[in-house]
Amino acid sequence: MKITVVRRISQIFFFALFIWFCIAATFGQSFWQLRGWPVNWFLQLDPLVALGNLLTTRALYSGLIWAVATVVLTLILGRFFCGWVCPFGSLHHFIGYAASRGRRTPEKIASNRYRHAQRIKYYVLMVLLFASVGGFASQLMDSAGLSPVIPFLVLLVLSILALIFRKSALNLKSAVTVLFVMTAVSAAGLFARLDGVVAASLQTGLLDPIPLVYRSVNLVLLPLSDSAIQFTSAGQRHYEGTWLIAFIFVAALLLNLIIPRFYCRILCPLGALHGILGKYALWRIGRKRGKCSGCHLCDSHCEGACQPNEQIRIPECVLCMNCIHTCRDDLIGYNTFRSTSGEIDSPNLSRRGFVIASVSGIAAVPLLRIDGKLDRNWNPGVIRPPGSVPESEFLNRCIKCDQCARVCPTNVIQPDGSKSGIEGLWTPTLNFRAGSSGCQMNCTACGHICPTAAIRPISLEEKLGRGPFEKNGPLRIGTAFVDRGRCLPWAMDKPCIVCQENCPVSPKAIYVKESFVTVREGVLQTGKVSGTVVEIQKPLLPADRFGTGDFFVAAESGGIVTRRRVMANAPSSITMEQELPPDLLRQDRKSIELQVRLLLPQVDPERCIGCGICEHECPVSGTRAIRVSAEGESRHRKHSLSLK
Amino acid sequence: MKKAIDKIPMESGINRRDFLIRAAKAGAGLAAAGAIGYFLHDPNGPAPATATEKSPLALPDFSVPEAGRKIAIITGADRVKSVNTGIQALGGIETFIKKGDRVLVKVNAAFASPPALCATTHPELISEVVRLCLKAGAASVAVTDNPINNPESCFALSGIGEATQSSGAALVLPRDTLFTNMTIPGTSFLKNWPILSAPFKGITKLIGIAPIKDHHRSGASMSMKNWYGLVGGRRNIFHQDIHTFIRDLAIMVKPTMVILDGTLTMITNGPTGGSLSDLKKTETMILSTDQVAADAAGAVLLGKTSGDLPFLAKAEQAGAGTLDFESLNPIRTTAA
Repeated sequence: MKITVVRRISQIFFFALFIWFCIAATFGQSFWQLRGWPVNWFLQLDPLVALGNLLTTRALYSGLIWAVATVVLTLILGRFFCGWVCPFGSLHHFIGYAASRGRRTPEKIASNRYRHAQRIKYYVLMVLLFASVGGFASQLMDSAGLSPVIPFLVLLVLSILALIFRKSALNLKSAVTVLFVMTAVSAAGLFARLDGVVAASLQTGLLDPIPLVYRSVNLVLLPLSDSAIQFTSAGQRHYEGTWLIAFIFVAALLLNLIIPRFYCRILCPLGALHGILGKYALWRIGRKRGKCSGCHLCDSHCEGACQPNEQIRIPECVLCMNCIHTCRDDLIGYNTFRSTSGEIDSPNLSRRGFVIASVSGIAAVPLLRIDGKLDRNWNPGVIRPPGSVPESEFLNRCIKCDQCARVCPTNVIQPDGSKSGIEGLWTPTLNFRAGSSGCQMNCTACGHICPTAAIRPISLEEKLGRGPFEKNGPLRIGTAFVDRGRCLPWAMDKPCIVCQENCPVSPKAIYVKESFVTVREGVLQTGKVSGTVVEIQKPLLPADRFGTGDFFVAAESGGIVTRRRVMANAPSSITMEQELPPDLLRQDRKSIELQVRLLLPQVDPERCIGCGICEHECPVSGTRAIRVSAEGESRHRKHSLSLK
Repeated sequence: MKKAIDKIPMESGINRRDFLIRAAKAGAGLAAAGAIGYFLHDPNGPAPATATEKSPLALPDFSVPEAGRKIAIITGADRVKSVNTGIQALGGIETFIKKGDRVLVKVNAAFASPPALCATTHPELISEVVRLCLKAGAASVAVTDNPINNPESCFALSGIGEATQSSGAALVLPRDTLFTNMTIPGTSFLKNWPILSAPFKGITKLIGIAPIKDHHRSGASMSMKNWYGLVGGRRNIFHQDIHTFIRDLAIMVKPTMVILDGTLTMITNGPTGGSLSDLKKTETMILSTDQVAADAAGAVLLGKTSGDLPFLAKAEQAGAGTLDFESLNPIRTTAA
């Protein structure tokens, strides 16, 4: 079997597996639903997810350890992930292949030539990674200046530089330079409190192809197909702002019509990372012998645009293996030795470009945070799923894969569009109008699917504040507030209390105050009273309006009000449930009042957990009359309303 | 492309053949444009929305006349025993379910909460009723509800989904397509409103099974309020006049039998409950062919009278049943 056939089988297998995991991430108990399927596996294999999290949290959470396997294989085999595994890469590969069918060979060769633009992806990677090293940098400055870790860090930085630049950076001159910069940074930390300024933010998820393809399939393609076949959900699922997710996904796919694998070659930060890691790979594509006739046929199907016929560009090669078979003279192989025509084994960035990219990355985070979203100007509309870590740590962990939004059985978890700024783009926030209910009390699905513990895998006991968590009380994600200007009983004297009814907390966080309010034009001039029937002289009442059980006749005497429930009414008479006491039926009585009994909802902030079921159920269907905002959320003491 | 270039005459001057073909094509274009303009021109714009009143459409009457109006009030802590004793007291399952009947069981699955909290119909009770129906020769049994919380979560967590499927009944999730707009004659609010009607297709018997629960707005949630789960749309607006609406529900649904579970009664924090301390051991099961009588008897367990629950009198007035359940000579026994 040809090696390219094996590659195709591998691509189809992993793509099908990926789609299967997307479908299986459905909350439920059937075999095909979420019952231990490793639905995060592709995210966990992704070394960019792992490296990003490592930089921001100094740890590899749970399944992220899988990335080590990818790194090890890449160090040995080269950029195999792009050409053999990546589901997004396989999509590009297929579309690029389909688009180039029927093109003449010279056109194909031209479309697969190396372009300088392919360096862009390394700069993208640099900006994204350096945005997440802020934490390290601030630690460097925090540890009282000239700390003993500096030599180790110098070594680390040198080896990274060696991977990126063409010439070895492991020489004395660059070591001295790096040491000087680090010492200067540490020393600067002695004089100014820079650690407060430099901060980390994990933004790799914006362009990392694995979160991108998860997001696009789960939040765009599945809901789209489900609107017709309703397989993975009983009703239509809604996600906010999918236009942008869909636009990027479709644009990335369509760009293959211009340049095959446009995304992989020019933009993909994960491809860049793999390219750098594969620099010293033990096996590599290259010419194995003899003289090349220069026919360029090997370029005609080259997926990486790595010019295998010249000095092959190792970081660009995605191991598609097509050149092995397209070469008519069988000159190209996958060898343990270096290409006989020479090779370029590093992306060969310019030093200037590297410095600009790294400084932009480091500077971007403090720059974005001038908006105060992590400080006094925090947005109470950003309600994070239960178990979310504090916001700055959240932004250090979340990779915007939106697996939580996918799994949430009530569809309340939504990819954020603009509430938390560009840093929070596509991070999960709750919207209680979009979903099919609020956050369900007995559900912890989001925390258990989150691949990076931005939402911790909390237990039900912790969520509900039971057992060992009794002291902490239940986890709160926000607090409900009654909008008295919109609430039916508060603003319009109409009985309702749907919010109170649906509050799932025991005892209920929403309680009611009873109030009797005289209805509009409800002071009635009375006539004859006989038994339970009172005649009304003025005004005329709308017939059959007040017999609902919620209306009362109120008569006052000596400061004491006596009420009788209205059973029925005609335009000029009211039938009461019981007779009024005789002393209230004196001849000089001129009027009685027609009142409605209202139960006015109140929220007890000590009990409310912010689940939003009240907001979802509120019959004021537009802007709800009871709404949850993030005040009171457990993860930030400073957002608390409680004195405790 | 090449072919088209060939057709261009080398010298100026008109080519008759080419001209006629072009003229015919242009004419066809003119005719098409004219036809579109003529037939599709809309001089008035959209008409104002008119209330399209659907012709009144009632759900079938599922009551069994020969069973009579009866009520049984069974004492016992075991739901399975109680329901068996109760059905026996009403004349046995064969009185209600005939061979070949297609039975719909309307449960209360409103909340995604575990069965121990009694906010939903207990799964044991559902299994037993399904078993009895199938034993009596029912051709099929289906269980349905349109819950308040997320339907999948509700049926999973309440244990109802599992109980339904393991006992041989079909579970019907309230998909959007199962609702149709209906106008129920004699009601105040059920006008051109979405009703969970598809599960009723071909059904010959209807059994309602509900727990007895405290309910702040209406006073109590029992068998008549249980029909709220057959209503779709933004049904919460009916809370503004809930007593009249519950009467409407009792007008809409004429069940074969209702079963009210007061083995544990939720006396506080209803209808969601959420804690075992909201429940009281009342060890009573009420079965009746008269839903108003059943609810009036259930109110006693909540310590309420018909005066606290205006919907009872309204339902009686509408002819849905008898408020004075004692007049039906309740059969009171202990479960065995």
